[in-house]
Amino acid sequence: MKKLLTAAVLSAALATPVLADTTKVGFIYIGPVGDFGWTAGHDRARREMVEHFGDAVETTIVENVDYGADAERVMTQMAISGMDMIFAASFGYGPDVNAVAGRFPNVAFQHATGYIQDHPNISLYDARFYEGRAVLGHIAGKMTETNTIGYIASYPIPAVVSGINSAYLHAKAVNPDVSFRIIWTYSWFDPALEADAAETLIEQGADVIMQHTDSTAAIRVAEDAGVMAFGQASDMVEFGPNAHLTAIVDRWAPYYISRVQAVMDGTWEAQNSWLGFADGIIEMAPWNDRMPAELQAEADALVAAIAAGEYHPFTGPINKQDGTPWLADGEVAPDVDLATMNFYVEGITAELPN
Amino acid sequence: MIRLEKRKEPSKFWGIANPFLAVALTMLAGGIMFAALGKDPVVAIRLIFFDPIFSETFGSYSRPQLLIKSAPLILIAVGLAIGFKAGIWNIGAEGQYIMGALFGAGVALAFFPQPGWYIFPLMVIAGAFGGFLWAMIPAILKTRFNTNEILVSLLLVYVAERILAAMALGLMRNPDIPGFPGSRDLRRYEAAHNAELFANTGIHWGVVAALVAVILAYVMMTRHMLGFHVQLAGQAPRAARFGGVSPARLVVICLGISGALAGLAGMFEVSGPGGQVRIEFASGYGFTAIIVAFLGRLNPVGIVLAGLLLGLTYIGGELSQMMLQIPGAAIQVFQGMLLFFLLALDFQTNYRIRLTQGERA
Repeated sequence: MKKLLTAAVLSAALATPVLADTTKVGFIYIGPVGDFGWTAGHDRARREMVEHFGDAVETTIVENVDYGADAERVMTQMAISGMDMIFAASFGYGPDVNAVAGRFPNVAFQHATGYIQDHPNISLYDARFYEGRAVLGHIAGKMTETNTIGYIASYPIPAVVSGINSAYLHAKAVNPDVSFRIIWTYSWFDPALEADAAETLIEQGADVIMQHTDSTAAIRVAEDAGVMAFGQASDMVEFGPNAHLTAIVDRWAPYYISRVQAVMDGTWEAQNSWLGFADGIIEMAPWNDRMPAELQAEADALVAAIAAGEYHPFTGPINKQDGTPWLADGEVAPDVDLATMNFYVEGITAELPN
Repeated sequence: MIRLEKRKEPSKFWGIANPFLAVALTMLAGGIMFAALGKDPVVAIRLIFFDPIFSETFGSYSRPQLLIKSAPLILIAVGLAIGFKAGIWNIGAEGQYIMGALFGAGVALAFFPQPGWYIFPLMVIAGAFGGFLWAMIPAILKTRFNTNEILVSLLLVYVAERILAAMALGLMRNPDIPGFPGSRDLRRYEAAHNAELFANTGIHWGVVAALVAVILAYVMMTRHMLGFHVQLAGQAPRAARFGGVSPARLVVICLGISGALAGLAGMFEVSGPGGQVRIEFASGYGFTAIIVAFLGRLNPVGIVLAGLLLGLTYIGGELSQMMLQIPGAAIQVFQGMLLFFLLALDFQTNYRIRLTQGERA
């Protein structure tokens, strides 16, 4: 066995010349890298990061890792194999990241969209997706003819709920008659379920489909049904050239590069980063030509205003669904409210699963 | 010319040899697939089958992990196999697993944060009862209304998943963390924690329970009247009925045992390696256990080997993804090959290939 092992080490060394100061970075993904959405976005960033650092960095990935014991095991094995840094690219890895980080204090952990930070070697990072959702809401409100927007939602967690609220508020602002229909799939990646949800929403009269799930299934259903849709996390236009209006495209690369650089420099520290348009972490995919020129200009202006900090998507007056006031006139939502959001805003008729 | 001939009795030799042959063929075909992907097949196979146990770097961690991953598979499969032998098809172990976890965790959360030695035993009973109860639905529907237990038990998995989501979002949600689904972490509640019994061995109460279940199942199937009835009902249902075996009673017993064991597996998982009630808690153990049961020839000892083998391919599959960058989908294909080859080879358990002189016209 020992012989085999030595042989393996040798052959590995021959295959990829490893420098002593190579920074080893592991990634665990909830979906397949070929989901064309969320996981694809993270892997795109990983590849850009590798391109940036060249031989100074060595990465490895494990895809389709379930939350819980599986994630804990994969991350532990990564740490044992000598990774300097581990990116856990999904919300639900929180307890697992914290369990492993406690045992490997010298490994830098980066947990996407998480909220648990029990150890000094865990950084949390997230994107202000609600900024992009505001733009989608504005476009959906203007483009819908049936005044019904379908929304495929994954889990009722703050990031998803704030996205629904942001989209609704901005659709409502340009189209007072608009209403939202929301279907929860309780999954990030389940193409069959997402396709079913899209079909149901279309049957219920929706002519614009939004999704906070990772597959391209809904775009394809929308394309076939001749309605409109938005991509998720990646530009999904090739799956529905007519249907796809735009998408919030995740660009984690600048952040990944800066964090890996910090590990190389020995300056890495636990942070809690929440980045948006201003930081280039999210951007909008090219507008579909079926959007009128003036709408395209409005959408551009909205993105620019948010990026410049001139406009916050959650600016009062806004009431909660039950009519109680949340934000006073001109008041801007504090981050903590958005990071723990567990209520709908006034006007949404659906009930939040609770 | 080649002729197929049905054997009078299934071949004992091939029944035992086939699983080993299937593993060998899987290594061969899998190796070809890995080579086609541009990966060194020898290293890939070694990473999957040997490194989790023998590697100096990973072994000390992944050997215990093998027990953690395999124990629920074995515990569930042993119960399923008893029913399968009798021709009673419980396909919904996944749902019973979920309900066992919910019942067990429910007891723990009800007592939180009280200490008490009796809390964990109560959780064990509740877990088994939860799985039993969920399995009684298809059992009673079958005995009363002659519904098909395959369909009913399978569909109840989806019901259980929805109940799980509702619990994680509502009743069982951790009140200390607003806005996020998921219960308290039971690993941080000492009275309810299914901890390792010996440090760094991976042996928790679920592993012990799996072992006990295997022994009991073995004794029952070989030494007890009930085991004989089960075998008889599976092989000759008419004879069994004449022999005084009540089909309804057998349905209730078989579904009850497999449900209770699946429930136990869920309870040990949620209070130990899983840690908390989450929407994504169920990760397919109940379905994978069906493969384990058949790979183990519905024999308790065979199931232990099959459970360990499948656990190995999971852990080794992750290692090979990590070390060789083999795509996750290729690992799934590899695991699928194992079942495919076994089923294909089983053909010769029941048939024999004969070379005969072509008859002249």
